[in-house]
Amino acid sequence: MVHGIGAGHPGGSLSAIDMLTALYGHRLRVNVDDPTWDDRDRFIMSKGHASPGVYSILHERGFLSEADMWTFRKLGGPCQGHVDMKWTDGVDFSAGSLGMGLSFGLGCALAARMDGSSRNVWVMLGDGEIQEGEVWEAFMAADFHSIGNLKVIVDRNRIQNDDFVHLQMEVGDVSAKLASFGWTVKEIDGHSMNELTDALKWASSHNSGPAAIVANTVKGKGVSFMEDNPSFHGKAPDDDELKQALEELS
Amino acid sequence: MSAPSSGGASRDGYGNGLLRLASDPRVVVLEADLGKSTKSCHFRSEYPSRTFSMGIAEQNMMLVAAGMASSGKIPFASTFAIFTERAFEQVRNGIARPELTVHICGSHGGIHTGTDGSSAQSIEDLAIYRTIPGMTVIHPSDDLSAEELTVQLLDYSGPSYMRTARNKTPRIYNENSVNGLTIGKGSLIMEGSDVCIIACGVMVNEAISAAKTLSSEGISASVVDMHTLKPLDTELIDACINNCGCLVTAEDHSVIAGLGGAVAEYLSTTASAPLEMVGVADKFGQSGSSSELMQAMGLTSNDIVAAAHRSISRK
Repeated sequence: MVHGIGAGHPGGSLSAIDMLTALYGHRLRVNVDDPTWDDRDRFIMSKGHASPGVYSILHERGFLSEADMWTFRKLGGPCQGHVDMKWTDGVDFSAGSLGMGLSFGLGCALAARMDGSSRNVWVMLGDGEIQEGEVWEAFMAADFHSIGNLKVIVDRNRIQNDDFVHLQMEVGDVSAKLASFGWTVKEIDGHSMNELTDALKWASSHNSGPAAIVANTVKGKGVSFMEDNPSFHGKAPDDDELKQALEELS
Repeated sequence: MSAPSSGGASRDGYGNGLLRLASDPRVVVLEADLGKSTKSCHFRSEYPSRTFSMGIAEQNMMLVAAGMASSGKIPFASTFAIFTERAFEQVRNGIARPELTVHICGSHGGIHTGTDGSSAQSIEDLAIYRTIPGMTVIHPSDDLSAEELTVQLLDYSGPSYMRTARNKTPRIYNENSVNGLTIGKGSLIMEGSDVCIIACGVMVNEAISAAKTLSSEGISASVVDMHTLKPLDTELIDACINNCGCLVTAEDHSVIAGLGGAVAEYLSTTASAPLEMVGVADKFGQSGSSSELMQAMGLTSNDIVAAAHRSISRK
């Protein structure tokens, strides 16, 4: 779909896709027949440019048809450039501007607690994204409000739009920083399905306060020329690159 | 209409309005360390479990409110008007774009705020929130109307911004007349035939004073409390043009893109009429008392009278 429109963000989709697979496959309580079910778990994709990854999972789960997928970035279609709750069934947040999703997730989690609901709220952040100050406002507020149903996954793929994170604004020891903000943290390999399913299970059962999974990942995972390559943060593959990518992924 | 009573500041009306909304369990209140100033503190005292302190972190507050709204709550988030602007993009992208019903209240709007100085005197909030698609923009003129319009927000779908004022002004309404207010419909306070003064916020009181002065000069002036800037009551503006033939707008806000701008935009698309704007002339305020600043910035009833003369002369 990224190739088809000649635009989009393959790198951050591929770094997140294993996590999305584990989350939607093993953990998230959603209902394709009732996408706005009040008591569904929420998934807030704060790094909204990873929309191709989200749409792929929503297609697997039946929220989007194959025809829907080909509307990516096209006028009037449900697959907007960045994930958008107004346009797509199964999407819980209108992303696109980095740094806002954790705050939104905290609002969802506080509402769930007021309702006495057991629903969980999962938020995925990019590591470049946590350069935004609002994210730290939200980390602080989540601890202050002792919110136990809010779960964060940080996609630590070490690359952002212009270049490597450590060259743009190093975010350092993310786990230690979150721990100092009162979060309970587990750091894992974000491409190990065993570690992912274990960590998601752990986070689900950790209800005494906010829990975070810092997932070390590889941007462009699975496609040799995209892996760890800042050029493929926001660039579509050409015809030859697409052919090679599909061969490597198959 | 009976004579105005002494009254309070419009921010007091917001606080009282929240209390009246408390019977609906969906209503939640968010604060950013200014609850005593915005007057959401009264709700906090009575309903602490539905009041959320977000600290001095306005960007987070706006998106927390959005998340709550997406989960069936009706959030009222308040801070100073100027500090809501710090989170403008959050309001635009996180609240308005997904059409979430979050009610934002910015207190201490305008130079009438006084001695705190220019950093606290928002003169552009009404303009910037008007530009957001689907956003309702309200600026009540006294405490009773602020309370009534706050209560009406409960049944209002979509995001809203209400600006309130820090300082007391004489009441425009009484307990009976305030019931005639409706969001989106301007309120005709005085009916005249020579010039129509369309005002909002603390300038409604100045407009009434100006109309009395004009009356002593033999000039008959209408006064409209245009408490809702968006959607703008264009039917009422049409009626004012038909009755008076010329207009003056009066606002404690920049003359760029606020009430005067909104009326000018409308006039440019319809039957034209002379329009003179009284407002902040594209400059920042400073410290001083409200009355000193109103004098210094050209926001007194005398300034409205002079504008009325200019508008009439252009007929």
